[in-house]
Amino acid sequence: MNATIENKKTDIITDNGLFPSSQVMLDLKNLKKVYPTPKGDYVVLENLNLQIKKEEFVTIIGHSGCGKTTMLSMIAGLNEISGGNISVLGKHIKGPGPDRGVIFQSPSLMPWMTSLQNVLLGVNQVFPDATKWQRNDIAKYYLQKVGLEDAFNKKASELSQGMQQRVGIARAFAIKPKVLLLDEPFGMLDSLTRGELQDILIEIWNKEKITAVMITHDVDEAIFLADRVVMMTSGPRAKIGDILNIDFERPRTRKSVLEHDDYYKYRKHLIDFLEH
Amino acid sequence: MKQSITLGKVTKFMGLGFFSTLKDLFTGKLEKEDFKSFLRKAVVPLVSILLFIGLWHMGAKTLYNIEADFKIEKAFNDQGPEAAEALRACIASGASSCQPNTLPSPSQVWDSYKSLLRDHNIISADKAAFIEKTAALNEKRIAEGKDAITYTGRPSFVDQIFRSLKTVFAGFLLALLIAVPLGVFIGLSPTLKSAFNWFIQIFKPVSPVVWYLLVFMIVKTLLIDSNEDSSFTISFISVGLCSMWATLVNTAMGVSSVDKDFINVAKVLKLGAFQKIFKVVLPSSLPLIFTGLKITLSVAWMVLIAIELLAQSPGLGLFVWEEFQNGANDSNAKIIVAMFVIGIIGFLLDRLMLTIQNAVSFDKSDAI
Repeated sequence: MNATIENKKTDIITDNGLFPSSQVMLDLKNLKKVYPTPKGDYVVLENLNLQIKKEEFVTIIGHSGCGKTTMLSMIAGLNEISGGNISVLGKHIKGPGPDRGVIFQSPSLMPWMTSLQNVLLGVNQVFPDATKWQRNDIAKYYLQKVGLEDAFNKKASELSQGMQQRVGIARAFAIKPKVLLLDEPFGMLDSLTRGELQDILIEIWNKEKITAVMITHDVDEAIFLADRVVMMTSGPRAKIGDILNIDFERPRTRKSVLEHDDYYKYRKHLIDFLEH
Repeated sequence: MKQSITLGKVTKFMGLGFFSTLKDLFTGKLEKEDFKSFLRKAVVPLVSILLFIGLWHMGAKTLYNIEADFKIEKAFNDQGPEAAEALRACIASGASSCQPNTLPSPSQVWDSYKSLLRDHNIISADKAAFIEKTAALNEKRIAEGKDAITYTGRPSFVDQIFRSLKTVFAGFLLALLIAVPLGVFIGLSPTLKSAFNWFIQIFKPVSPVVWYLLVFMIVKTLLIDSNEDSSFTISFISVGLCSMWATLVNTAMGVSSVDKDFINVAKVLKLGAFQKIFKVVLPSSLPLIFTGLKITLSVAWMVLIAIELLAQSPGLGLFVWEEFQNGANDSNAKIIVAMFVIGIIGFLLDRLMLTIQNAVSFDKSDAI
């Protein structure tokens, strides 16, 4: 399972215990997911082990239907764990909670609320002791960060898909989660908007350094955003196939990444993995 | 942001768009390309109304002739040619004593409508005079701790309309208060759903008459000591129970089909049950709840007539029944007047619900 990139040694981490526990934010141990079907159990994930460090941005790629989203929703606590365990800062998770913010594939905003109310919905829940003004300030701050300072009072249903997903980003960051889970958040957007939102996401992330796990189908997106790209094997019984360290300096710009010598080597490595 | 609300916007919002087209015609604002839509929206309905009245008039005339011929023939067979001749003359003279009793013509209905209004004016004047006359006396009686004297005269047609509206709104409110919360609980919990499902399936198709009888059995016993007239209570409870099913089923469906993403958001944010229901579940199922409420209100209005009739509760239903029993010369025409009034009020109630729905619901496209 060692992947080498020509002329360059990369760190490949596939087993546990490589990171000291003080550095680990999210720990998936022997994770298993079974869906019972009339024809017998269908094992989606088995023996899945993955550690994610504090302040790390990890992207996950793999073929459609391999169980990426299942894994992410298990981390979010929205999907039951059939075997093994998931821990955040050493504590096993029990169900969903605001310590793990989620940005869904569809923006999932309440269409009857304004963008500010949508962000406040989470903020009110996480900061119940703050004053109304403080909570408003937090929500407005993150909406400004995603470039929506003119749309505080616009109904979510009046916003374009891209704008809605910006609110989704603001909502997720505003609750200050320990881990941010992103399930193909830009999958439904056109490529121009997608680029814009990647820039916005990485800009906020550079400031907040919230541990992030993001599913994507887009190899370029995976490289641009991540510290490590995790490749999952095809299901059933999917697990971690390979991990690629992306050694670009941060903060990155799209231009510097595209012009970097290693970019095409990384890209080739990922595409080779996906094509086999 | 300042928003000017014009008459056109308001009427369009209420689904009465043709009013603004009419207004444009009179103010000369109509463009040429609007002419087609004007034809479709204003002229065509007008023509069809005239056509309807024409057909009705001819139909009524035919029925009148059939009935008159039959009467004359019967008189001829029973009493001989002289009686038949006298009857023919009597019918031709228009005397009310011998008119054939059949479907009234549009003009007869219009006359009855005017006479009902006259009747209302007389009764309200009478009532006002009575109240004025007894005002001083009542003050004294109340001071002495006695009950005030109230007007107990016959209610006018307009009074009965308002009484019917009162009954229907009380019934609608009852349906809303039972069906919406129950629907939310059933929609949220699969356990409750299976507990209530048989109940809904069995009682939904039960006829208004049977509901009335059931409510009658219960309320009669509960109010056994009370001297008050229980007909209003019985009729509004029956109306509520008959009409609540659409709201119950729609609310449960709306609540159980809330977008899974919204529920996930609520879960991730760990919203409490109260917040989850009021901030996520209810707003998102509002379009379906309103569809149910709209059906409920129209069903309530429809069954009201039958139930008032059974419960002998004053209102349009009882009015229709009494006119039918009465058999006076203009009774049939009055029944038709009541029919139009019932229809028009039903239409206005539907528009009212649509307006409320448009105002509170996030999804405008769902407002049908």
